[in-house]
Order: sequence, then C-alpha cells, then structure tokens
Amino acid sequence: MRCVNTDVPSIDGKGLMMGKPAYADDLAAPDSLIVKVLRSPHPFARITNIDTSKALALEGVECVLTYKDFERRPVTRAGQGYPEPSPHDKFILDEYVRHVGDEAAVVAAIDLETALKALDLIDIEYEVLEPVLDFEKAYGHKSIVHNEPEIHEMFPIGFEPKKNVAASYNMHVGDIDKTLAGCDVLLESSFYTHAQAHVMLEPHTANARIDYQGRLVIYSSTQTPIHVRRIVSQALGYPLSKIRIVKPRVGGGFGGKQCVHGEMLLAAITLKTGKPSKIVYTRKEVFESSYSRHPMRFDIKLGATKDGQLKGIDMHLLSDTGAYGEHALTVFMVAGSKVLPLYNKVDSVRFNGEVVYTNHTPGGAFRGYGAIQGNYALESAIDMLCEKLGMDPTSFREKNMIREGETSPIFKIMGEGTEGTAMNMDSCKLDYCMTRGKELIGWQGKYPCQKDEEHKVKGIGMAIAMQGSGIPNIDMASAIIKLNDDGFYNLLIGATDIGQGSDTVLAQIAAESLGVDLDKIVVYSSDSDLTPFDTGAYASSTTYVSGNAVKNAADNMRQMVMEEGAKALSVDVDHITFDGEVIKVIDSDQIMTLSQLANRLYYNEDHKQLVATNSYVGTKSPPPFMAGFVEVEVDTETGKVDVLDYVAVVDCGTTINPKLAKVQVEGGLVQGIGMAMYEEVHYNSKGTLITNNLMNYRIPTRKEITNMHVEFADSYEDSGPYGAKSVGEIGIDTPPAAIANAIYNAVGVRIQTLPITSEKVLMGLLQKRQEENDKSDEDTHYA
Amino acid sequence: MLRVQLTINGYKKELDVKPDEYLLESLRKNNYLSVKKGCDSSSCGVCTVLLDDSPIASCTYLTVKADGHEITTVEGIQKEAELIADFFGKEGADQCGYCHPSLVLTVYAMKKELVKPSDEEIRAYLVGNLCRCSGYLGQHKAIKAYLEVAV
Repeated sequence: MRCVNTDVPSIDGKGLMMGKPAYADDLAAPDSLIVKVLRSPHPFARITNIDTSKALALEGVECVLTYKDFERRPVTRAGQGYPEPSPHDKFILDEYVRHVGDEAAVVAAIDLETALKALDLIDIEYEVLEPVLDFEKAYGHKSIVHNEPEIHEMFPIGFEPKKNVAASYNMHVGDIDKTLAGCDVLLESSFYTHAQAHVMLEPHTANARIDYQGRLVIYSSTQTPIHVRRIVSQALGYPLSKIRIVKPRVGGGFGGKQCVHGEMLLAAITLKTGKPSKIVYTRKEVFESSYSRHPMRFDIKLGATKDGQLKGIDMHLLSDTGAYGEHALTVFMVAGSKVLPLYNKVDSVRFNGEVVYTNHTPGGAFRGYGAIQGNYALESAIDMLCEKLGMDPTSFREKNMIREGETSPIFKIMGEGTEGTAMNMDSCKLDYCMTRGKELIGWQGKYPCQKDEEHKVKGIGMAIAMQGSGIPNIDMASAIIKLNDDGFYNLLIGATDIGQGSDTVLAQIAAESLGVDLDKIVVYSSDSDLTPFDTGAYASSTTYVSGNAVKNAADNMRQMVMEEGAKALSVDVDHITFDGEVIKVIDSDQIMTLSQLANRLYYNEDHKQLVATNSYVGTKSPPPFMAGFVEVEVDTETGKVDVLDYVAVVDCGTTINPKLAKVQVEGGLVQGIGMAMYEEVHYNSKGTLITNNLMNYRIPTRKEITNMHVEFADSYEDSGPYGAKSVGEIGIDTPPAAIANAIYNAVGVRIQTLPITSEKVLMGLLQKRQEENDKSDEDTHYA
Repeated sequence: MLRVQLTINGYKKELDVKPDEYLLESLRKNNYLSVKKGCDSSSCGVCTVLLDDSPIASCTYLTVKADGHEITTVEGIQKEAELIADFFGKEGADQCGYCHPSLVLTVYAMKKELVKPSDEEIRAYLVGNLCRCSGYLGQHKAIKAYLEVAV
C-alpha cells in the first residue's frame, strides 16, 4: 500500500494551525447583518401579544420577524435522509415556545449592540403554561407539549403527540417471558443516562448572502449540507434550486451539527432584506437552544443458566427528546440495535419503549447516538449478572459474545427508524480485542481490585462495544474525479469533513487507487453546487460509504486513463500497464507519462476531458468492535475516582490513516470518560438549564487525561474500501460502563445513574458501611 | 468610541473601539481571523492571544485595557506555527483545528517562559486550552517533540 494504511499528515491541519481563514465566521461578508434571537424565558408558554414596532424603529435595525411572518410549514431540523424518521414538529417560529431558550422572534441589525438593544425593545407577553419537566411523568401528562394540528410523522414511527409521545417502538425475538422463567439466575435493574452536551469548540455559526446570480448562498458549520438545503427549502417554501450550501472547515461537530441551527432564520432574513447576514451562537445558546444527548432510563432483565450462558435480554427504554423530536426514534432504536447483537447466543430478546416530549432543551444526534446509553446499561447489567453467577466478567463475555462468521437476528429486524438488514460478521476480531486488552491492562492479577494505601483502592473493569458503518440502503455518497493538465486530479466529494479528517482519508483512498502520491489529489468537499450528493457526516459513515464511492470513482478514472493512454499509444488496452504515473506498452520501450497524456488530451489532440464519477450505498453496515478496559483508583474517604489507565483495542478493519484513527479513538474515549465522570446536566425547578456555560459544565482537560493506550486489531472488511470499517463513534461507547464496573470492582459501589460523581460514590460507600454496621448489629443481636 | 494604540504582530495600529468592546471582537473586526470565539467566559482558550508575550483570553479582555501593549496572534508567528504544525501532523493530532491557533500561541509562550518543563508543568500551563476532538495525548506528544528541537 502506497497511501492507505499510512500515517500521512492531514491535508488541512497545517493551514488551520497557522490560522488561515477557513471557518464559517471567517468567511462571512464583512458587512453582514448581525442576527440575534429573542429566546423564551419560560419552559412552556403561548405568546399572547408581540409588538416589534419599537425594535423596528431603532436606527440600524433592518428586520424583525415573529411567527406572524411565516406560513405554518412544519419541518424537522434533524439532518437525516428523506423522508425523515423524525416527526415534523418544528416551525421556523411558532406561537408557542416549548423550552427555555426556544425561539420567539428574530432581529437583524447593523451590529451586535444594536441587535441586542432591539431584542430588549420587543414587547412580548406570554401566557405561561404548566411545563412537563419530568420525563418519567410525561406520558399522558395533562400538559401536551405539541398540540398543533399541522405536525405529523413522515411514516409510522409511533407518533402520539396527544400523549406526549414523539415515537415508540417494540420488537421481540422468541418468547422472553418464557425464557426468563426458565433461567437459573435472573437480574433486574434500572439505569439512567443524562443529557451530555457536545461542546464542539466552534459554536453554531452560519452566514447567508444573495450572490450575483441571485442565489441564496449559506455558509454553514454543518455536518449535513445537503439536508440543510432541503430543510431550508421546505421551511421557507423557497426553491431548492436557488439555494447553495457551502460547508467550510468545521470546528467540531460530534453529531451536534447534524441539525439546522439558525439557518432557517438566517435565510429568511437575507431573503427579506436582500442583505448578507450572519448568526454566531453564544455558548449559552449552544447549551440551551441547540440540543444535547437524549437522557434515557433503561429497565433491564437478564436471564442466564448457572454455567454462565446468557439466555434472554429484556430491555425497556424511556427516552426524553425534550421539546422537539429530532432523532427521537433513531437514537432510541440504536440504543438497542448497537448493543443487543453483542450477545447473540440468547434464545430471546425484547426491546421496547417510548420517546417522550418534555419542555427541556431537545435531544438530538451525538456521537455514540444511543449506543453509548445502551452500552452503559447493558454492560453494567452484564457485570451485575456475572457477580450473581460468580463468574469473571471477561470469561462470561468470551462465552456469550458475537464472533466472526456469526450473525444476530437483531440486524434484520432493527435499522434506524426502519427495518434493518441481515448481515454476517465477515470481519469481527472482538475475541482478539478481548485477549489483547486483558493482556495490556493486566487483567489477571489486577481483577477485581488491589488495595493501595489506607484509603485508596484500585479496581479494573471493562466493557465491549460495537457500532455500525453507515445506514445500509439509506446513506448514499458520490464522488467525482477530474484529471487536470499536467496529470494531477481534483477529488470532488459531498462528504463532510468536520475535523475527523475525512478529506485526508478520502484523498488517501483516491491516491491509492490512482497510484499517485497524496499531493496529486486536490480535494473539494461539501459545496452543494459544486460537489456531488452525500448524505453527510453521521452514523459513522464517511470512511466506509463515501470511501467506497471515492474508490469506485477512482477505479473508473484509472480505467479511463488506461483506455485513452492505449489509444494515444495506438495499442489495445490489454497491451499496456499503468502504474499511476507511466503508461507503458508491454514488451516494448514505448511509454507515455500521465502528464504527457493529460497535456495531449487537453492541449494537442483528442480534446477530451476525463471526469469519472461513481456512487455507493451500503447494503450492510459492518460494525467496528472494541474492548475497553479501565483501571481506576477510588479514594474511600472522599469518593474521588481517578482514571489511571484506559486500554482500547479496536477492530475497525484496515485503518486508512492509523495515527488519525488512533487520535479519533482517543478523542472518543475522552468524551466517553467525560460523560461517565465529569459532565453534569442540571435544570432548576423552573425548567432552566443551570449548566449552560463552560464554567459549570466541565469537560475533561489535559490534566485529567494522562494515560490511554489505543491499539487496532489486524482486521480486513471485504466490503469496505481497502478493508476499512468506520471508527468515528466506537471510541466513545465503553467508558461509562467500564468505569462503573471498575468502581464496583474496587469498592463494591454500583452507580446506576450517570454521571458517576464523587458524591455518588461516597454516598454509596457510606450506605454500604451503614448496611454492614446494621448487619453486624443484627448478628450480635442474634448471637 | 475610544482610540487605542496597539502593536499587533509587530505593527503599530490605532483602533477605534467601544468602551465595552472585548479584544476578541476588535481583532476579528480588523481581520485577525485566526482568533476564534468559543465560550464567552475565558473557559475554553480558543480566543487566546499574547499580550506582551503572555497568553490571555481575548473574549473577556477589554480592548481599552490593552492600550499601549503588544498583541500577538498566530499571524505574527507563522514560521513557528508551521514548525509546530509539522509535529502535530506527525502525531495525527490536528483534527478540527479550531483550538489550534490559540494552542500554538500558548505553546510558543510556554517555550519562552519555562525551561525544560515536565509533563505535569506542560499540562498545567496548557490546561486552559481545551480540545474536544483529540483526547490531548497526541497533542502532548507533538508538543514534547517540538520542545526538544526548538531550543
């Protein structure tokens, strides 16, 4: 391999580091109107009166819009394939506001100061309604979050807004009740996960202008430019053909930029005024007014035989989608579909539940997308079952987990919002990941714990995980490759680099197929006018889905070059060889370089442009696998937990760029560790998010992250480009469960509500001591 | 409007600013686009610039306070930035890049300020420069390698 599976530096890293203008706000027109949004102070209210006259009269204010200025066209902001599996329950602006931070009106002014003044001058009166603030009480609550007649599902997703249900789902394999009744050992438990925030460092940013051709051009920091174009068009009733979305460099997304954030308002302002405009969210707006991870409650029952055979999994899930149903059903389904197949030797599985509306900041896509929630619940429950069985949790997993060549009926039943696709695990090195991970962490000898000092105990724990590689039969990508004079190429892709390095990785795939060095591939990505269709950067799809499209297009280009080369050399195409740079006639000295051929084609003879294109849609979604092991140290006096070491062994097929992949897994681990231990979400009793800034929403810093070890299994996925599967999400999945398991192994405290804070561990320790004291009192009493 | 005199990246500049304007806003308005907005509360570090060679969070630093001082953005240390970028590239530690111009400035300031810093000292110096993509370890390796050659 010349380019694939090599550690080339990313193609854009240096320019970004040197501070070249590249992100959405860097590219805004200098005279852009500043767009600011008047946001609701109430979790649930109806606007009874709104008067914008004073704001409009302020000098420098160009435009003020309220719900009265828009036709009622419900859309979903979720950037998903069309028709979306999310309910169309959002209006650009509405008479109702449904969470603190929801949009009530929008202002555009010549500068920020004027825009902020104008917000203060809008007279607005609300009828405050009783909010739904507890997701466990949302179902059938007397307050209905969405009571408007226009909203609808695009196809059946279990949408029952009158009961505050955005989506529901129910599946089973076998008879779970019968299976569990026949088991020797049962476990029943519940787990809660919280609304982790993405904290991509670049806030949501977009700018809009009307170009010299009269087209609406939006530069948006988005993961899904094609979906943004469609949603803006639907919401405004403005022709798709007159909208161009350009995705510049994006300062992190993690799923947080898979929806539209502000683009609809911005487009309305620019279309109304004819002037360029821009919106840059404050960090408070990013927290309160975009979206976060769906909080969930899992009720799990597991059953096993006494020799450690897992027989049945029953998982009931309640998910909180907040005020709007973005990704409500799909995140919910992934919480099952990306964890249940891990244990494919069971007789029965049941997975069901509801996604409910509340008057909180909406839930939405976030790296791990349900899988991390499901992984925490199931992988914690598995360890709890192992304790009952008296089994080493690694032995239990080795006995029950999925292996190469096997399948699970779940794959066929559960997709993302629709039915799934049956598939065999053609590449699955989970067994290797387990063995190697155990070796690296030193499982034998360290499990379950080692008492260090008087108040310090070290414990180790682990979890296994799987993800997917795109959504089969839905996620589609295309690529165009153009040969230029002098023999270099342009690669045009709709794929969306949001910092994960896909422009680099896709260029490596193209360079490999074309037999050239990376500097011969000049990449243009994600401009809806210039680059081809691609559903976007989500569902761990880019390397696998877009990568296959690029490889197919490059293979086509290679064939075209060979045919034109053979013609130029006056021989049959079977009589030449082409190494990427030189076309040579077999058994002859006759040669022609690619540069000579290109110059001949474009300047001298033939006069024919070579452009190759191809597309790809996956017919399966081969999962990457991972075994994650963690060593923690617990202070039994304070409950403080330190992560001493994290070992991740990952099977993502061939790594196209091992260093980029490694850092991506490390970044995922740190986000997972953050979700497990550092990042807390708090609302006050009035429904206001308290943790709405980076001073009290704490993400891990470089002081906490001192030791991690990431390795890749030697794996090859036949259906992937050069053997690759995805690697974008898998890293985030295991930390919550592995850390919870390690803490239990250290001190016997089981935390079933994320995040795992020192307070919770200490309370657990105190409770345990109390119970031990009570027991010893009891023993004394009866003695 | 108040007139302030700053030396930005070695050039004397006079800027007209509002009394309550933060340095981040003033710099971006004047096309120093390497300085990024992240958190509005000096918590994330992406707005870092050097004030007389010391890193500060420009998102909460009033421009009028900088009157008469020297400001350095990454545009002012392009050669050093390119060198540091090479080390990051080798470790695959660049990812989204949004935090990198500010990180380069802080690493550059650290190199001037600390002699042979330990791992702990490096982490302590850079703790205010958050990164949500990389997991920090690749960056740490790149920074250590850079410090070894760039004496």
